[in-house]
Amino acid sequence: MRRSGTAAKSLGALAFWLGVWAVLSVLIGRPLLLPAPWTVAERLLRLAGTAAFWHITAVSLGRILLGAALGVLAGVVTAVATNRYRFLNAVLSPLLSVIRATPVASFILLALIWVGRDILPCLIVFLMVLPVVWGNVSAGVAATDGQLLEMARVYRLSRWQIARRVYGPSVGPYLLSACHTSLGLAWKSGVAAEVLTMPAFSIGRQLYESKLYMEMTDLFAWTAMVVMCSIALEKLFTALIRRLGRRRSMGGQGQ
Amino acid sequence: MIHFDGVCLSYGDKAVLKAMDMHIPAGVHVALTGPSGCGKTTVLALAAGLRRPDAGAVTVNARRVAYAFQEHRLLPWRTAAENVNLVLGDTAATMAWARHWLALVGMAEGADLLPAELSGGMRQRVNLARALAFGGDLLLLDEPLKELDPHRRDSVLTLLRDHAFGRTVLLATHDRQETEALAEFTLDYRDGTFVPA
Repeated sequence: MRRSGTAAKSLGALAFWLGVWAVLSVLIGRPLLLPAPWTVAERLLRLAGTAAFWHITAVSLGRILLGAALGVLAGVVTAVATNRYRFLNAVLSPLLSVIRATPVASFILLALIWVGRDILPCLIVFLMVLPVVWGNVSAGVAATDGQLLEMARVYRLSRWQIARRVYGPSVGPYLLSACHTSLGLAWKSGVAAEVLTMPAFSIGRQLYESKLYMEMTDLFAWTAMVVMCSIALEKLFTALIRRLGRRRSMGGQGQ
Repeated sequence: MIHFDGVCLSYGDKAVLKAMDMHIPAGVHVALTGPSGCGKTTVLALAAGLRRPDAGAVTVNARRVAYAFQEHRLLPWRTAAENVNLVLGDTAATMAWARHWLALVGMAEGADLLPAELSGGMRQRVNLARALAFGGDLLLLDEPLKELDPHRRDSVLTLLRDHAFGRTVLLATHDRQETEALAEFTLDYRDGTFVPA
C-alpha cells in the first residue's frame, strides 16, 4: 500500500515537471531553444528503433561501468592497504585528496594527452569513483568494533573469516553507500569525458554533435537516455542489494 | 601455565598493575577479586594476549584460550547459534554442536535470534556457550554470572564447574558465590598486584 502510494507521488511529481516543461516550451515557442517533451519523446522512440542507438548506449554503458567497477575495486584495496599500513596511508592520502579536489575537466584535458580517447572516459570514471570508495571504506574499516576484532583474535579466526564475518558486515553499509554515490558520479563524469574526447560509439559524441548541428531535440533525447540509464542502474543496484540482504537473512548460516 | 613476572601496566597516569607476580599451575582454578576498575579484566586480557605489559613478562603455556568476555562481544549481524558456530569452524556440519552448547546454557529457544533481540542475561549465556564450545586448556571468565537471572545462576554455575574440570581457569569476579563455586584459590587486589586472600 505504502509502495503504491510512493510510486503515485513519484509519478505525480514527474507529471508536474513534464507539465512545466511543456508549458515553457509552448510559451517560448522556439524548438531550437526548448523542444516540447512530446517532440523529444517521439525522437527518442525513433532513435530507439535503430540498432546504432542501442550499440552506442551499450558501448558507453560498458565503458562507464568498467571504469566504475575498477574504481570500486581499487578503492576497496587502497582503503584496506592504507588502514593496514600507516606509511602507505601517509603516501597515498595526499594523492587521493588531490584527485578528489581536481576538477573533472582538468583530468580530462590532461589525460587526453596521455591516453587514447577510447579509454579516457573509463579512466576518468575510475579516478572519480576511487576516492569516494576509498574514503567510505576507510571510514568503515576504522569504525569496525575493536572489541569484536579482539574476540576474533582470541578465538583464532582466520584472516579470511575476520574479513568475511567481522569486517564485511561492518564495512558493507559504507561500501554500498559509496557505490550508490559513485553510480551517479560515474555517469556524469563518464559522459562529460565522452563529450570532450568524443570516442567512437559514445553518448557523449552524440550529445556534442547534437549541439554542434543545433539538433536540440536529439540533445534532449540523448540526455533523457542518460537520465533513464542512470535511474535504471540505480534501481537495479538497489534491487540487487535488497535481494542479497534477503538471501543473507534467509540463508542464515550461509557458507 | 600462567606466569606474570614483574608485570606493570598503566592507563594514562593511573598505574593499574605494579610489578605483579603471579604463577598459576595447569589445571588450577583461580579467582581474582577486588573493587571495580582495579585491573581484574586487564589481567585476563594480558593472559589472553590482548594487551602487552608496559614492563615485565607474561607467559601463557596454553594451546587454546577460551574467553567469556564481560561485554559479550557477539557479532550483532549473526544469530546466537551462528555466533557460537563461528568458533567451531563455521560450517553447516558444526551448527548442530553450536545448538547443543546453547541448549546446555538454556538458550535452545533463542538460538535463532540476533543479539539485539536477546536480553543481557541471554547474551551472557551465548557468550559462555561460545567459550565452552571453543574448549581449550585455559578458560578466562570475566564476571560470568553478572547479568544472569537468579534461577539460571545455579544451573550455569554447575555447567561451568563441570566443564572447567581439568582446565586452568582464571576468573574475574565480585561475586562470592562464583568464587566459592568455581575457584580453588582467590587472589585479592592490593596496591597494584593480586595477593592470596
